[in-house]
Amino acid sequence: MLDRTLSLNPQVALRPEPFGALAYHYGNRKLIFLKHPDVVRVVEALDGQATIAATLTACDIDEPRWPSFASALAALEASEMLHEHDATR
Amino acid sequence: MSTTPLVDQLKGGLDAPICLTWELTYACNLECVHCLSSSGRRDPRELSTAEAKAVLDELRDLQVFYINIGGGEPMIRRDFFELVEHSIDNGIGVKFSTNGAFIDAEKARRLTAMDYLDIQISLDGTDAVTNDAVRGDGSYDTAIRAMEHLRDAGFGEFKISVVVTRHNVDQLDEFKALADSFGAQLRITRLRPSGRGADSWHDLHPTAAQQVQIYHWLLAHVDDVLTGDSFFHLNALGEEPLPGLNMCGAGRVVCLIDPIGDVYACPFVIHDEFKAGSVRDAGGFAQVWKQSELFTELREPQSAGACASCGSYDACQGGCMAAKFFTGIPLDGPDPECVSGHGEAALLAASAVTVPKPAMDHSKPRRVPVTIGRR
Repeated sequence: MLDRTLSLNPQVALRPEPFGALAYHYGNRKLIFLKHPDVVRVVEALDGQATIAATLTACDIDEPRWPSFASALAALEASEMLHEHDATR
Repeated sequence: MSTTPLVDQLKGGLDAPICLTWELTYACNLECVHCLSSSGRRDPRELSTAEAKAVLDELRDLQVFYINIGGGEPMIRRDFFELVEHSIDNGIGVKFSTNGAFIDAEKARRLTAMDYLDIQISLDGTDAVTNDAVRGDGSYDTAIRAMEHLRDAGFGEFKISVVVTRHNVDQLDEFKALADSFGAQLRITRLRPSGRGADSWHDLHPTAAQQVQIYHWLLAHVDDVLTGDSFFHLNALGEEPLPGLNMCGAGRVVCLIDPIGDVYACPFVIHDEFKAGSVRDAGGFAQVWKQSELFTELREPQSAGACASCGSYDACQGGCMAAKFFTGIPLDGPDPECVSGHGEAALLAASAVTVPKPAMDHSKPRRVPVTIGRR
């Protein structure tokens, strides 16, 4: 997971909230709660980074927390909020 | 990952509603006996097209992702398509509820051509007798015809929206089959004693045994039936909670804008006590949502009141505020349909109090036979 390249689906809008953000997918109408501001920062930073690991580094996320970020991002991919980037790295 | 459970954070309110219902008009061709907004006649103070568009612009700035449009019958408004298009063009998806009377072949094609649009056709029986007893003569045929038009136009997955009553609860499987036959999605919601429902609730609301039946039916259909989160009071029936946030969202994640621009805590409480302000006030909708006294109060921790000592409170959250209010039960009392049986005593106690009446009644005047001539 950590060496993969994901980015925010262009059909998804993020709305900042006190707890983090709401993510809404205009295509599949799914609404997801991003329950931590750090997850929001990471999701917003995905674009332009080669891998998830690189994004987490860029966002100053401590390595022990990486597995929980990896599973949060995997869940977001499962609901199509995130999608695989073109592998043109 | 987060320290406070999400539900607790949501109870403190969001920066903008997730689920905003906007009743576009009180005018309706039907006069359903359980109408939440006592609709029938148009209110002369109805928001103009320009005012409605300004509200939509404000919702866009607040990043409201989608709105639920209802009424009355929203398609009665001459600017219905203009408003829906304005909303969608501004990135606000639309789901609208209709009785289907104004969906002919041409309108069905027009609706099909729009993105980010969902349609809910209301139907309260799988046969004309059951449905029309609640929604009026001919309304079953009207709804089915609208569904046929949507199917023929290739709209795709529209929704069939059912209010569960004592008389249609045994038809849940048939509703599902009907929805499947149209490639539609079934949505079932709870009957509330709001609007004209205050007068019909006692005769229509499901019995205690039927509530258990609904709970198990919903558990068996968690993946393929929508509920708008409206049955969380049933969660006290078992270990397994129904899907959803399991909380009253009134004024926290949900609110209602009525046809004249008044903002209420939820679609089921059109009453002065739950009116937070108006989109016509200085500061508009955003000010009402963010700063009104009522919404601020609803976002504070609520007392469990009479339910505090009940082991099921965490599961049912004391039920629905509107259901209590319009049956005369105190807001910190049990839900009138409490599945642990506390509702009956509360209803009995409430029978001595004056039950609040809805703020407005737009029902059409009763036709009384007039005798002309001299005595």
